Amino acid sequence: MSSTYLGMPGVPVFGSGNLHTAEPFPVAARRELDNEQLRANLGHATHTIRDKRLRVVAELPDWEELREAGSATKTAVMARLPELLEEFEGNFTARGGIIHWARDAAEANEIVRELIRDAGADEVVKVKSMATQEIGLNEYLEEQGISAFETDLAELIVQLDHDKPSHILVPAIHKNRSQIRDIFLREMPDVDPDLTDTPARLAEAARLHLRRKFLSAKVAISGANFALADTGTLAVVESEGNGRMCLTLPETLITVMGVEKLLPSWTDLEVFMQLLPRSSTGERMNPYTSLWTGVTEGDGPQNVHLVLLDNGRSAALADERGRSALHCIRCSACMNVCPVYERTGGHAYGSTYPGPIGAILSPLLTGITSEENASLPYASSLCGACYDACPVKINIPEILVHLRSEDVQSRRGTKKVPGQMDVAMKAASWVMGSGRRMALVEKALPLGKLAAGPDRKIKKLPGVAAGWTRSRDLPAPPTQSFRDWWAKEHEQTASKEQA
Amino acid sequence: MSARTEILDRLRSALHDAPEAPEIPRKYRHTSGMNEAELIELLRDRLLDYKAGVSVVDEASVPARVAELLAGTASYVVPAGLDARWTALAPGRVVDSPEEPLSVEELDGADAVVTGSAAAVAETGTIILDGSPGQGRRACSLIPDHHVCLVRAGDIYGVLPEAVRRLDVTHPLTWISGPSATSDIELQRVEGVHGPRRLDVVIIRS
Amino acid sequence: MKIALFATCIVDAMYPSTARATVSILERLGHDVVFPAGQACCGQMHLNSGYFPEAVPVVRNHVEAFEAEEYDVAVAPSGSCVASVKHQHAMLARTVGDADLESRATAVGVRTYELSALLTDVLGVTDAAAQLGSWYPHRVTYHPSCHGMRLLRLGDRQADLLRSVEGLQLEPLPEADQCCGFGGTFSLKNADVSSAMLADKNANIAATGAQLCTGGDASCLMHIGGGLSREGSSISTLHFAEILASTREHPAPPPDAIRGRTRNAARLAGKAHQ
Repeated sequence: MSSTYLGMPGVPVFGSGNLHTAEPFPVAARRELDNEQLRANLGHATHTIRDKRLRVVAELPDWEELREAGSATKTAVMARLPELLEEFEGNFTARGGIIHWARDAAEANEIVRELIRDAGADEVVKVKSMATQEIGLNEYLEEQGISAFETDLAELIVQLDHDKPSHILVPAIHKNRSQIRDIFLREMPDVDPDLTDTPARLAEAARLHLRRKFLSAKVAISGANFALADTGTLAVVESEGNGRMCLTLPETLITVMGVEKLLPSWTDLEVFMQLLPRSSTGERMNPYTSLWTGVTEGDGPQNVHLVLLDNGRSAALADERGRSALHCIRCSACMNVCPVYERTGGHAYGSTYPGPIGAILSPLLTGITSEENASLPYASSLCGACYDACPVKINIPEILVHLRSEDVQSRRGTKKVPGQMDVAMKAASWVMGSGRRMALVEKALPLGKLAAGPDRKIKKLPGVAAGWTRSRDLPAPPTQSFRDWWAKEHEQTASKEQA
Repeated sequence: MSARTEILDRLRSALHDAPEAPEIPRKYRHTSGMNEAELIELLRDRLLDYKAGVSVVDEASVPARVAELLAGTASYVVPAGLDARWTALAPGRVVDSPEEPLSVEELDGADAVVTGSAAAVAETGTIILDGSPGQGRRACSLIPDHHVCLVRAGDIYGVLPEAVRRLDVTHPLTWISGPSATSDIELQRVEGVHGPRRLDVVIIRS
Repeated sequence: MKIALFATCIVDAMYPSTARATVSILERLGHDVVFPAGQACCGQMHLNSGYFPEAVPVVRNHVEAFEAEEYDVAVAPSGSCVASVKHQHAMLARTVGDADLESRATAVGVRTYELSALLTDVLGVTDAAAQLGSWYPHRVTYHPSCHGMRLLRLGDRQADLLRSVEGLQLEPLPEADQCCGFGGTFSLKNADVSSAMLADKNANIAATGAQLCTGGDASCLMHIGGGLSREGSSISTLHFAEILASTREHPAPPPDAIRGRTRNAARLAGKAHQ
């Protein structure tokens, strides 16, 4: 137990790294919306995965029960996080693993660099990991003269193209097969010049490209999908076998994992390994899952390290109404069903975490006032598709609204002149806080005709409402509100009854 | 203050409201109630869906079936502890043992690998290897491009919780559901990337 | 049964014919309708835009207005506003630490129904033609609004009622479960994404060949209709309450008369009610 725990909130320490959007979401979204190819690719891919997910989820008679168990397990993990971390640490260490703690992105990067140096390596193979994406590990290692080779097919595509991932599961979802072929032809030194764009041929090209790297690598870097506290076990869920290559062949394995990835016990995996594959790739089970507990003599890496990362997670945990965002198991179901993500793609969100989960997780990890992250919680029509799809039942719409209120609150008093939206909301609150005042304002409805054209449509509105009339008309208001009509109708009825 | 102490302190103070850890409702299925024939059929169906090869045989027919699957194979790896009778009819066997482990190059030079398995889950089409004798270390079943995996019908469970509760997780576990695959191009599944591109499962009836 | 009508601010001010249709349906079934005079708005716009302190007086007003009236159940012709009353009001009160308002808001929320839920689950309406005399001989498609579908789990209630309207030909809407892009202030703050969502919704509506798109939320219909109107489409929009209220004697306006109809529709709906 810590002696400094005082039972009161401390000052949250936010995270750093690739967690920010540098421009407001609407600005970035507008640019992405103009990219017809991107929208076609995304529309095709997200629709494919949605249908698959629905099919395999419908197969399970106990899907809702699994979601309930998953959600409760994660709630319990958050409530017990410090003790579970200590339990995990004890078990992992007892079996020969070494744990490192990193307060933020920079500290994690430095730890990893030192471990690579200690292993005498200047290149590493990597299995796809959101945590290392978040801390910007590849960029950092490159600055330090260490080459990091992404081995997941989609990560490889993105890395070869010097692009950024746009989806947490399928980072190259924004590219179609012919674009991928072009990237391979351009960037793979020994590629078959007659490479076609059939996915099987492209996958084979990746196999040939990476085979030597896998068989000779000294150091591998991974993330982890789950960590089991009661046994000290780590788990990586994957499809291609690149994970198995990285986790098995090198002498040194360095895993970077957020502190929230814990599960209390091994048997909890029976729930999460039913929820995750069906929610992410729409498969009954992913091709490969690897579990390791510290070091196993004669089998796999003999130097096994784990970097436990805070980087804003403690700050997110401190937000009672936002902390369930940490339940996320990175399945990406929310982005696959999101109508906003489907149209803008992942780059519009700036952060490593795009889509609905990113719109809450990024500002929770960085603080709502950091750069343009306050614009992210507004990147949703609150349609609720994400909440329905989430395997651990994160109420994303509710957290989006909570973060909007944090944003509004954080701006109060900081501006000399309130914005148009602030003024409008204030005025509307006064009017709508009373039926009498509402009735009074409705008396002015006939004036709406003045704004409308001869076809009784309003085609241009000023100020904050201008966004509406860019693509939509507004009908002219009626000459009489319902309230007015009701009052007159009932006066008539009442007077008839008297007569 | 060490990073460890500081992070744990931050997390403790983040829980200033002392939230309660709820009871976990475990109302999901823990058993399937299927008999052996049903389990075999479901497992077969799922594995075929993943584009794995599946044979269902009696114990006596295993050697012949394994030999057929390895036809044309110059050399294949077996982990120490695998019942020698099962591969008796297939020439080209190379044994990988803790005492004399094969090098990565030797594993890469083999055309195939034959292993046993610890458990299988019918509903998800999953075979689990735990590194016990006959299953080998993880590199064994990974590097050769063709994996012939023997599954005893008695080790097949209907749903995942049944299997999980019978395994020792402190062994290195590999869960295999079909040959390696990717959905990274337009979210369409394509079989065959870095792991074995061919998976043949031989289910042995009790 | 005594039924309190929550007209919702948008219907009260912009689509009064929808509220009149609701009254007409309920009276036809033999129920007493009352209109709590103090009502204004559910506060959803403030809440969903993050203006919590500004939402409090709006929510408080709603709770007080419905506490002041004697009734058995309350009804609103909107999935979204009912979801706000049922789920968000108590949440807001809890957030601002007002336990008294929280319990009162919960009590009002429990007794509040979305129109199709009231008709189906409480009043036993399964055949609109037989029980309400509903008649609307037109090709219609139906957009299930998000909050009714996902927060209230209305399922097929609205569509089933529409199918039971005499003469109505219900055309299935492709990708019906996709949001139209309204989302309150989302349509202003992220107008481009909202417009892109709307364009796809309206393309799907056009593909059905229907003359009219109906639904259960005036706000979404205003959004869809606003887009159709701007595109110059001949397809119009109408709340499903007005279709249920439509009879041979007092028909709702046909699709081609609805566009830019506000005044006529008000007159027709007024007549229908008499």
